[in-house]
Amino acid sequence: MTVAAFAFYVFAITTITGGFFTVVSRNPVHSVLWLILAFLSAAGLFVLLGAEFIAMLLIIVYVGAVAVLFLFVVMMLDVDFAELKAEMARYMPLALLIGVVLLMQLGMAFGAWTEADQAQALRGAVTPTDTQNTAALGLLIYDKYFLLFQLSGLILLVAMIGAIVLTLRHRTDIKRQDILAQMYRDPAKSMELKDVKPGQGL
Amino acid sequence: MAEFFTDTNLGIFLVILGKTLLLILPIVTSLAFLMYGERKIWAAVQLRKGPNVVGAFGILQSFADFIKYIVKEVVFPAGADRVVFLLAPMISVVMAVIVWAVIPFGDGWAIADINVAILYVFAISSLEVYGVIMGGWASNSKYPFLGSLRSAAQMISYEVSIGLIIIGIIISTGSMNFGDIVNSQAGDYGLLSWYWLPHFPMLILFFISALAETNRPPFDLPEAESELVAGYQVEYSSTPFMLFFLGELLAMVLMCALTTLLFFGGWLSPIPGLPDGLLWMVGKMFLVFFAFSMIKAITPRYRYDQLMRIGWKVFLPLSLIWVVLVAFLAKFEAFGGAYARWAIGG
Repeated sequence: MTVAAFAFYVFAITTITGGFFTVVSRNPVHSVLWLILAFLSAAGLFVLLGAEFIAMLLIIVYVGAVAVLFLFVVMMLDVDFAELKAEMARYMPLALLIGVVLLMQLGMAFGAWTEADQAQALRGAVTPTDTQNTAALGLLIYDKYFLLFQLSGLILLVAMIGAIVLTLRHRTDIKRQDILAQMYRDPAKSMELKDVKPGQGL
Repeated sequence: MAEFFTDTNLGIFLVILGKTLLLILPIVTSLAFLMYGERKIWAAVQLRKGPNVVGAFGILQSFADFIKYIVKEVVFPAGADRVVFLLAPMISVVMAVIVWAVIPFGDGWAIADINVAILYVFAISSLEVYGVIMGGWASNSKYPFLGSLRSAAQMISYEVSIGLIIIGIIISTGSMNFGDIVNSQAGDYGLLSWYWLPHFPMLILFFISALAETNRPPFDLPEAESELVAGYQVEYSSTPFMLFFLGELLAMVLMCALTTLLFFGGWLSPIPGLPDGLLWMVGKMFLVFFAFSMIKAITPRYRYDQLMRIGWKVFLPLSLIWVVLVAFLAKFEAFGGAYARWAIGG
């Protein structure tokens, strides 16, 4: 077995183990930690494919940012595990049904998977050759498909504005912090220095 | 014999193992003396003597501390999640060590000279936050939990601006490899052609962000003794505590190396004509480390809301504007190509 094959099996098995324990862990925090392990080994698989840029982005974006937010939310949840398990038992048949349907669909899709002979030649996004994959991605995204890239950015912007609009409420009944007022406070106006003689007090 | 080390798996493994030991042993040993040096610097600033009992001038103080940490008992808090509790310091120190795989100390002197080296460093240092979060959560106690939340929020906030600052450097270099970044800073003017001059505002921002990212004073809010006892590490004792401590110190030495590589020309000699080499790199790292230590000695701690405000409302917009500006200057090769080293072949 070559080193690459060995590394592949290690990462693949770790990804599957991580995914499995994400689902079956009793403690939601442990679930997120297993999920992080799955992300990390998926990044390892990307490195083996020669897509080191995607691998690093996967770690930075998913593990470094998204999973931290998951962890934040999950850690602060006040979860009643017994109730959660009862809920799970109730919806188990439905979940199993969905799982089986998905599995069958995937099996059907991949079982009938064939690739036409001219498929490679007809590809729209031809990977630029003789360049690093970071530069290749840059050429495709920022030069060739610039408009589509900008459009997807717009969609994200709309989603972000939507989320802000939904959650933003300006409460008037609370005391707010005024940074500028704090910074420009005059010490002479807000405090008074007294020279206290020993044994006398004020 | 030469084929054994280049062609067989065992040979390649042995070579990498040798390189790793050659890198890790000096770094870990130097940590002991860096810690001692740092304590001496604070002591000098505060007109104290500092460590002066163990060994001549107290130089063995760190080793005495090390033995003390090792032989003490590991205490588990009641109701702690034991696995996560022990995993947290390990993650902290492992992440801090594996980053060094891509840090070069000379031209091509890195264990792994990879294309996306700087992204790798960024990715791994974004993982260091897990040690903090897991440690705080697994302790099953209120102060560590609050401390870890603070620390995590702080590290994530400042990572964003560090990332944007790095992008400016990448635009100027046209590569994410540390060797390319340093070599593009070579020029006829010695230290004047390094990136600190064209990217000067970002050097200041990077330095401050590095302090915040590694939880150093004046941003050591996670362990603000006066309010949170010691943050996420309250419940830790003995070896796990030492691992946290080592991880933090290693992360700071890494920030010294990063500052040197990105802004101060790595192993390049500051004076044209003198030979480049390892000594310059180490010397520059020591200078940056000295600056970090002095900052700790002379600044008071920030308030938490001020820290977050500076991170999100000052550093983030400034570094974002700088990225746009650098992209513009690089595109039009302004100032004789100072911002577009790939264009002038520097």
